Amino acid sequence: MGKILIDNNRCKTCYICTETCPKKLIKKSNKTNRLGDYMVEFDDPKGECIGCAMCAKRCPDLAITEVWR
Amino acid sequence: MNNQKVLIKGNYAIAQAAVKAGCQCYFGYPITPQSEIGEYLSGKMQELGRGFVCAESELAAINMVIGAVSTGVKAMTSSSSCAVALMQEALSYAAGDELPVVLINVMRAGPGLGYIYPAQGDYNQSVYGGGNGDYKIIVIAPSTVQECIDYTYKAFYLAHKYRNPVILLADGLLGQMMEPAVFGEYPYPEIDNSSWALTGAKNRPARAIYSLEPSESKQINRINHLFEKFDIITKNETDWEEFETDDADIILTAFGSMTRNIKAAMKVLRENDIKAGCFRPITLNPFPHKRINELARQGKDFIVVEMNMGQMYKDIKYAVEGQSKVELVNRSVGEWLKVEEIVSAVKKIMEKNYAASI
Amino acid sequence: MQQVFSMPKSMKKDFKYTFCSGCDHGVAIRLFCEVLDELGIQDKTICTTSIGCSVFLYDFIDVDCIEAPHGRALAEATGVKRACPDKVVFTYQGDGDFASIGLAESMHAAFRGERVTAIMINNTTYGMTGGQHGPTTMMGQVTTTSPMGRNREYYGYPARMAEQIALADGCAYSARVALDSIPHINEAKKAIKKAFQVQLDGIGLGFVEILSTCPTNWHMTPEQAHERVRNDMVQTFPLGVFKDL
Repeated sequence: MGKILIDNNRCKTCYICTETCPKKLIKKSNKTNRLGDYMVEFDDPKGECIGCAMCAKRCPDLAITEVWR
Repeated sequence: MNNQKVLIKGNYAIAQAAVKAGCQCYFGYPITPQSEIGEYLSGKMQELGRGFVCAESELAAINMVIGAVSTGVKAMTSSSSCAVALMQEALSYAAGDELPVVLINVMRAGPGLGYIYPAQGDYNQSVYGGGNGDYKIIVIAPSTVQECIDYTYKAFYLAHKYRNPVILLADGLLGQMMEPAVFGEYPYPEIDNSSWALTGAKNRPARAIYSLEPSESKQINRINHLFEKFDIITKNETDWEEFETDDADIILTAFGSMTRNIKAAMKVLRENDIKAGCFRPITLNPFPHKRINELARQGKDFIVVEMNMGQMYKDIKYAVEGQSKVELVNRSVGEWLKVEEIVSAVKKIMEKNYAASI
Repeated sequence: MQQVFSMPKSMKKDFKYTFCSGCDHGVAIRLFCEVLDELGIQDKTICTTSIGCSVFLYDFIDVDCIEAPHGRALAEATGVKRACPDKVVFTYQGDGDFASIGLAESMHAAFRGERVTAIMINNTTYGMTGGQHGPTTMMGQVTTTSPMGRNREYYGYPARMAEQIALADGCAYSARVALDSIPHINEAKKAIKKAFQVQLDGIGLGFVEILSTCPTNWHMTPEQAHERVRNDMVQTFPLGVFKDL
């Protein structure tokens, strides 16, 4: 059981996290940011996140600011 | 020992004065005619446990100085003409970053490699600078070995007081000449650098020293600040000396060690009933424009004597603003113009310009 | 629940990277900030920044910084360290800064064994100026100034800095790491920590070359760029520790 916090102001929508998450819990959302790029969202309805922090470690913009386990 | 007269070479005088002034780090690369400075300091700094590096180039040397002074300590490098040319980029950075870099330039001849005989061809390089952008550097020109000591002290003081690079503009003649001189003690107060120096972000926000400004308005403010600061420097620190200018018709003008010869020439001319005076800018930047202009407005003509093709001559002309005549007596490089040569050149000019009155 | 990832304390509270989307600079900066945190040296560290994409470093990290002219970061670091031997000094440079214009400063800092840490980001191109050919551009790589690809005749061969620096007697630690995967990122952090540790122990220069991506100038997606690091770059620039005294 884990959770992450995404700072969409920092996110530059490179989508490295969507590839990295072993459970594929980070997805492109339908919402767009100021540049019109689709923002990412953390979608974990079944509580599958294991708090491995791989997304945060690979995020080049430190947009995943917190990981809890 | 401090107030004792010692016979000492100009380069050693500068080096020892730097140690007395509290210079914590010296970084240098050898070049004639200033190599004695690095030779002396290499041993002395190690003896005192201070910083010393035989730098791989002048580029590295001046940037090491930038690194050292960014922590608030006194540091310097020394070099000569063609190698000072390599340092111009860093001087521009240091001026933009407002860092108290001290650079000793013991001039040799140019252009290019030139040779090791003395010259004064670095007036423009020092005063106007070869770096990019709008910046100003304080330039002080000593004329005796005693002044090498006094103005080395002053260079450190002014650099830290105003957070501005300072060049001590000596020449091969001064560097290699022995004269009696007195060291005394470093006469200036220590400047508190704790408000800006990099010491690690302990119990305070991190500091950054930089000159990069992506915002146009901030860059304009930065340059304005640099120039406002230099206005204050001009007001407080412009320095010159003059002799017998009160009743003079013509004023011999020189900077650095050529001052010695115009003083002697003035005496000979006075003996020949020519009312000559002497004027010598000590700070070449800020330049004593105001005083020169005052003298010109009193109808006094100027004869500029220098060992270059007329670099300070242009500044004197600019300061005179057409109020009186300005003539040039010069030689490009090498043996200093002798007193007799100056006297006969002045006489020739007098005959040409004042034929009716003589 | 327990927090297992948080922002490094050595980073500024409110910053936004100026790097392009997917650029590995961000990861590298986070790694050395975490190392500063773990070693507890943030408040006695001084960084000399370089010219290139890394130029705004002082906007991101809560560490005293001085900006060096292009290539002179290790000269300035030398000056800082000689003036304040008790401080921790490091440089953060790109390959153009470290291996091209600043090669003399870099090599001589290693020869002298300066007790500083140098971090070089190798992305095989001049990123900030628009992707020109640089000292580390790989054979055959197309850039804006090698439009037919890097070839022997016109450009010669790429510079392998981690190996070169390791040859210097004054170098205490030299490693090449990458940021393309979690294991590599973990190794990179270990290498950076070691490069600081040799400085703290007073052994000599600590150097880490970090293989990084430039998705913008490589004309790739971030994931494609990491594929290139993984498959191509490591052929020219093998990962590993080349010196560890």
